[in-house]
Amino acid sequence: MAIEAVMQQQEAASGAAEQAAEAVIEVEELSLTFETADGPVFALSEVNLTVNPGEFVSFIGPSGCGKTTLLRVIADLERQTAGRIAVNGVSPEAARLDRAYGYVFQAPALYPWRTVERNVMLPLEIMGLNAAERRDRAARYLDLVNLKGFEKKFPWQLSGGMQQRVSIARALSFEPDLLLMDEPFGALDEITRDHLNEQLLRLWERTGKTVIFVTHSIPEAVFLSSKIVVMSPRPGRIIDVIDCNLPPDRTLDVRESKDFAEIAHRVREGLRAGHSYDD
Amino acid sequence: MTIEALNPPHASAPGLLSRVFAGRTGPLTVVCLALLVVWYLGAVWLNAPILIDGYERRDVDWTFSQLAEDAMAMERPILPAPHQVVVELDKSILGYKITSKRSLIYHAWVTLSSTLLGFAMGVVLGILLAVGIVHVNTLDRSLLPWVIASQTIPILAIAPMIIVVLGNIGFTGLVPKALISMYLCFFPVTIGMVKGLRSPDPLQMDLMRTYSANTAQMFWKLRWPSSVPFLFASLKVAIAISLVGAIVGELPTGAQAGIGARLLVGSYYGQTVQIWAALLTAAAMAGLLVAAAGGVEKLALRRMGARP
Repeated sequence: MAIEAVMQQQEAASGAAEQAAEAVIEVEELSLTFETADGPVFALSEVNLTVNPGEFVSFIGPSGCGKTTLLRVIADLERQTAGRIAVNGVSPEAARLDRAYGYVFQAPALYPWRTVERNVMLPLEIMGLNAAERRDRAARYLDLVNLKGFEKKFPWQLSGGMQQRVSIARALSFEPDLLLMDEPFGALDEITRDHLNEQLLRLWERTGKTVIFVTHSIPEAVFLSSKIVVMSPRPGRIIDVIDCNLPPDRTLDVRESKDFAEIAHRVREGLRAGHSYDD
Repeated sequence: MTIEALNPPHASAPGLLSRVFAGRTGPLTVVCLALLVVWYLGAVWLNAPILIDGYERRDVDWTFSQLAEDAMAMERPILPAPHQVVVELDKSILGYKITSKRSLIYHAWVTLSSTLLGFAMGVVLGILLAVGIVHVNTLDRSLLPWVIASQTIPILAIAPMIIVVLGNIGFTGLVPKALISMYLCFFPVTIGMVKGLRSPDPLQMDLMRTYSANTAQMFWKLRWPSSVPFLFASLKVAIAISLVGAIVGELPTGAQAGIGARLLVGSYYGQTVQIWAALLTAAAMAGLLVAAAGGVEKLALRRMGARP
């Protein structure tokens, strides 16, 4: 029942977003160079990308290809050195101040002195919601990630997968239309990861949020995404954008299908073209 | 060979002795007993020359057991025997009313009150300095060297100056002593809290940034809770040296009351037994204060979800 309530709210919100029908993210000729003691590092080089409302976009590439950096630029955690980027039609900083996105980090980044419930309520406290609303939302989103009954536990009492689910509930709790996820399941074992992938897919279908998802797992990217952005390092750049329209009600079994294999093959080809493994 | 033979079961019920020594009680008792033995031997050894001198002047024969007995019953020994100190403690703690000037409890209370006032002021000052240093770049560069330099000045040299100057402008009694305590104990708090307030990792800071939290929210929801373990480590050091500060503050004033005054009066009149009694009282106070700080720490950290 709680899930249905969430769905209705989210549907209303996404409906409004679709009416605007404007790109959520527009990136033009974006470059970012870190000046280090060993000389400049070209983290991103002339990147162009458009993300539309409701898309599930994966950034895939080997480490050092700038996929996390690009996500951090979108989140206004880094600044580009050249080029233009707009989030919801405004600058990333304005979008951040507007609390336009929820960010899920590689590690759960839960505050160890807060219970699970109070961790989920953290952004709500900062946004000044009243106590009843905070408790209500925490309960709703913990239920959504199947963590009902763990409200009063401290993070160390939970497994790694459960902690990451708490951090997802925390990112969802203030109901942003845009979800930025930086290898959220990277540190988890494959069984937990498969399970969370399915849950995330269901969540995305239900809520119609725009998701940007960084990963270095080809099956994960193909399974989850509606669009796959293949990136390559030195300098970090986009070498292929693959549309990926597997059936919406797919389960993990889809990974044995021919369509899945074809898309995965194209991703692999892209990665191979962009990167020589000899160096 | 059977498996049981390879893995013999653990000895069923461990004996009393091994249980005592498994914990802290056993080793602690052994150390205390060893100290007592050393103390007794030291008392006889240090007091012997005076006694032997006396025997020879009075031209009496003496035996070693006679010497040992006399060495532990002198009125003004170089080093009193432990039981003499215990008798003195018993007399001055239980023998007088608490309000009496001869009661050690009275003196301990005088010192304790300035210790606690100085500690409170020192903790507040220490935390405020740390907050300033962490948040304001200029303070970071300008203040920290002075904070460190302040501790290189010997407190024994500056304490009389503080007392004299404050006495001249009308502050006497509790406040000047508390100020000396504060001077000593703000330092570990500042150092610990600067480290504590800077302890959140980049990920935790980034998270706050994605919520566009302001500086105050960043402080109360992230920096402050992260610094609590550092705060308590500092408090345990600070409360012990705050007591030292209060005692030092009582020395140059010729204070009428307090542990420091007891020490001073004792040394004027060569009352070594009284000095040792005051010393042991001060040590016991320090132990209790640190233990109290540790108790509060445990409660606070448990409420903050520390692993048991």
